[in-house]
Amino acid sequence: MYQSTLAQLSTALESGQISSAELTRLYLARCHKFNNSLNCFITLNEELALQQAKYADKQRMAGNATPLTGIPVAQKDIFCTNGIKTSCGSKMLDNFIAPYDATIIERMNAAGLIILGKTNMDEFAMGSSNETSFYGPVKNPWDKNHVPGGSSGGSASAVAARLCPAATGTDTGGSIRQPASFCGVTGLKPTYGRVSRYGMIAFASSLDQAGPMTQTAEDAALMMNVIAGFDQRDSTSAAHPVDDYTAGLNDSVAGLRIGLPTQYFGEGLDSDIAKLIEDGIKELEKLGATCREIELPNTALSIPAYYVVAPAECSSNLSRFDGVRFGYRCEDPKDMSDLYLRSRGEGFGKEVKRRIMIGTYVLSAGYYEAYYLKAQRVRHLISDEFQTAFNDIDVIASPTTTAAAFKLNEKINDPISMYFSDIYTVSANLAGLPAISIPAGFVKQLPVGMQLIGNYFTESRLLNIAHQYQKMTDWHQQVPREFQ
Amino acid sequence: MSINKAEVQKIAWLARLGIDEQDIATYSEELSTILDLLERMDAVDTDDISPISHPLDLTTRLRVDAVTEQNQRDQFQQNAPQTEAGCYLVPKVIE
Repeated sequence: MYQSTLAQLSTALESGQISSAELTRLYLARCHKFNNSLNCFITLNEELALQQAKYADKQRMAGNATPLTGIPVAQKDIFCTNGIKTSCGSKMLDNFIAPYDATIIERMNAAGLIILGKTNMDEFAMGSSNETSFYGPVKNPWDKNHVPGGSSGGSASAVAARLCPAATGTDTGGSIRQPASFCGVTGLKPTYGRVSRYGMIAFASSLDQAGPMTQTAEDAALMMNVIAGFDQRDSTSAAHPVDDYTAGLNDSVAGLRIGLPTQYFGEGLDSDIAKLIEDGIKELEKLGATCREIELPNTALSIPAYYVVAPAECSSNLSRFDGVRFGYRCEDPKDMSDLYLRSRGEGFGKEVKRRIMIGTYVLSAGYYEAYYLKAQRVRHLISDEFQTAFNDIDVIASPTTTAAAFKLNEKINDPISMYFSDIYTVSANLAGLPAISIPAGFVKQLPVGMQLIGNYFTESRLLNIAHQYQKMTDWHQQVPREFQ
Repeated sequence: MSINKAEVQKIAWLARLGIDEQDIATYSEELSTILDLLERMDAVDTDDISPISHPLDLTTRLRVDAVTEQNQRDQFQQNAPQTEAGCYLVPKVIE
């Protein structure tokens, strides 16, 4: 049962084969058994989860069930959950009990989903390896000497080890797709504004977007049906009509025009991954898709542009942590300056401090134009390049990462090399485009993902292509041996 | 572009980040390396391109000027380090 997808669990619950209470206990038992070795949960929500499950069972008996009622899932610890600790992976919020639910949580609660627990993550979502978490690194279930990726590493690891059937993640520069790739799960970053950011602790507000991390594209579609949509409380929420994301899953992909950016297949790409992605694209060609090379000439500049924009926005967003209203406060502050300096100095970890300082620098008088305005122009350039490409193609296919999961401690003291692990993912955030990573094979027993990037609000099409691909392959069904 | 120790201290002060004296040299080195990375953007001419702060064309929404939030001060203040009589307490500001 624990290897079931959301779609399968939905059927099992509907037919009465299992109750939500039984299912929730089953996953909680797996979490207890394996969390010590993986460290993917910061908080297990045992008591409340069982209450929610009993209520879900009642709702189902009464005929009020949605397709996902009674299914336990994990929530990234970046989403505010009323009455449950919400740490964002930081010492700063180690004592923070959210006083309200994020919209995404509210929607999932309303649909009857159970919150199994809150997953570990890089501190304030700043990292690509989960090693910056105050709660210690998460391990990759495929090889515990390797990182799960980040920042949604806890969610990816938990889904890969089947400690939960699905989880939520957030993606500012690749934080859903890169860990999905490293752990062999399916991860969708929707179009900017598609899923509400209300109650999602802000990192870089013009880039942040929440999305599903699941075993299959079909499951991602089921979850999108719950979480996507306009929200009055998020000022940048998209008022665009919402699809039924499951409706088009079985559409044909014949005639699909795939673009392969030469910049995503060049220098720096592991040759075994290149081969796997080529194989993956061949599968789509068998279904009637056609391929052509495209150019996204300024891809290399996406990393520097991102590392101006994201830190700039983070330095502003994180100014709210002042040791006054919530979060960590230093011992015995002697005056206001001391209170701010020590609360923030002691409450934030190294990478967060680095980014706040870079952000502060690029926004400061004298440097604003050279860095911040320049990055905004480069962002425009990168965004335009995608639109030009989409004149002739429907979707872009590429590897999600240049290499499979790296080793713990391999890059933690080399920020630049860590930053470049997101080279294929950050552009979609800068441009606000939807993108998905799906399992596409293994390199030396570690999973790797294939990325599909679509034009704005084409999540349904991406899920459709991914679903068709997953009908032809079984990479997404692999479970690491230790967790079977 | 390199950031010297005095600049590190200035930025840390602007950001109200207390950093250890012994870490300043490391920050200076790391931040300088990151700035070198950022300067790679100079490779492309962007004079004719307008800056964007957002991926999508968004206009600020307006709403009816009505009270939509309830007062939840007591609940919110449960997360505060120190409160008294509904106020947040901080060290003395005025002598």
